[in-house]
Amino acid sequence: MKITVAGKIKEYDDGITVAKLVELENVETPEYVTVTVNDEFVESHDFANTTIKDGDTVEFLYFMGGGQA
Amino acid sequence: MAFTNEQLERYSRHIILKEVGAKGQKKLSQAKVLIIGAGGLGAPAALYLAAAGVGTIGIVDADEVDLSNLQRQVIHTTPDIGKPKVQSAKETMEAINPDVTVNTYHTFVTSENVLDLIKDYDFILDGTDNFPAKFLINDACVMAKKPFSHAGIIRFKGQLMTYVPGQGPCYRCVFKNPPPKDAVPTCKQAGVIGAMGGVIGSLQAMEAVKYIVGAGDLLTGYLLTFDALKMEWHKVKLPPDTSKCAVCGEHPTITELVDYEQAECDMKK
Repeated sequence: MKITVAGKIKEYDDGITVAKLVELENVETPEYVTVTVNDEFVESHDFANTTIKDGDTVEFLYFMGGGQA
Repeated sequence: MAFTNEQLERYSRHIILKEVGAKGQKKLSQAKVLIIGAGGLGAPAALYLAAAGVGTIGIVDADEVDLSNLQRQVIHTTPDIGKPKVQSAKETMEAINPDVTVNTYHTFVTSENVLDLIKDYDFILDGTDNFPAKFLINDACVMAKKPFSHAGIIRFKGQLMTYVPGQGPCYRCVFKNPPPKDAVPTCKQAGVIGAMGGVIGSLQAMEAVKYIVGAGDLLTGYLLTFDALKMEWHKVKLPPDTSKCAVCGEHPTITELVDYEQAECDMKK
């Protein structure tokens, strides 16, 4: 199936979960990433039981803390 | 207030823009913007806002200028080392534009002082380097109904979003709670490319100016990210439903400001 991950179209196996995608996309600090699927938040405790479907759009939003010191 | 000939010349490149004009320039001269953090983000933002003729600029920072700041904090210069950053920033801003009134606050933001700091300002820029401050600023701006620009930079990456009360998600809608201390690296731990502050801090100034003059679309409802190594921008649409947010939602569970624990390595300097 084709899904859009962080703005790029990618090919993944059908039935992949958010948890698996986080792993395969080498998400940094996966415990603290915010995930949206089709503009809706997926809570981290639902990563393992949320299946991504063909045509879905997935975004990873990361903490970025710097700027001052 | 009418512009002097000197001001008409100083702001001529703004006034000629149909989105700004004399009317927008007047709005800028009457606007009050607070910059929290006179560092990598706050430095370029302060330079551009002063140059733009924002009438009153407040700047909050507890630190003194350190040699390691000068790689990116372009409002401070080598002779400023040891000086309070707010003082150094004020001197540079006033040198750029004597029209601007600069208020300095030589302090950290805390749950005790943040509401008082932001109350007289029209727009807030978060240029802080740590999550406790970022969540504090977000919550205070939500509670006080103040628009603000969030930004963060690390290594070769940056992000920003704009919160306007009632017009989309706040920072906490997206990031819920601060990560445990040291779980996510800071610039000091991980490094940051100097020009990243210029890129993202300038965009924060851009959002402030657009908000003040009422031009175009703000980054409300979006998180804009930039990866300098790939030279890629990505504008992520944020979920529009804010009803469940702990601070800006319909039934907020956070009704008082919280001072989260600061990462120890960042407290030292």
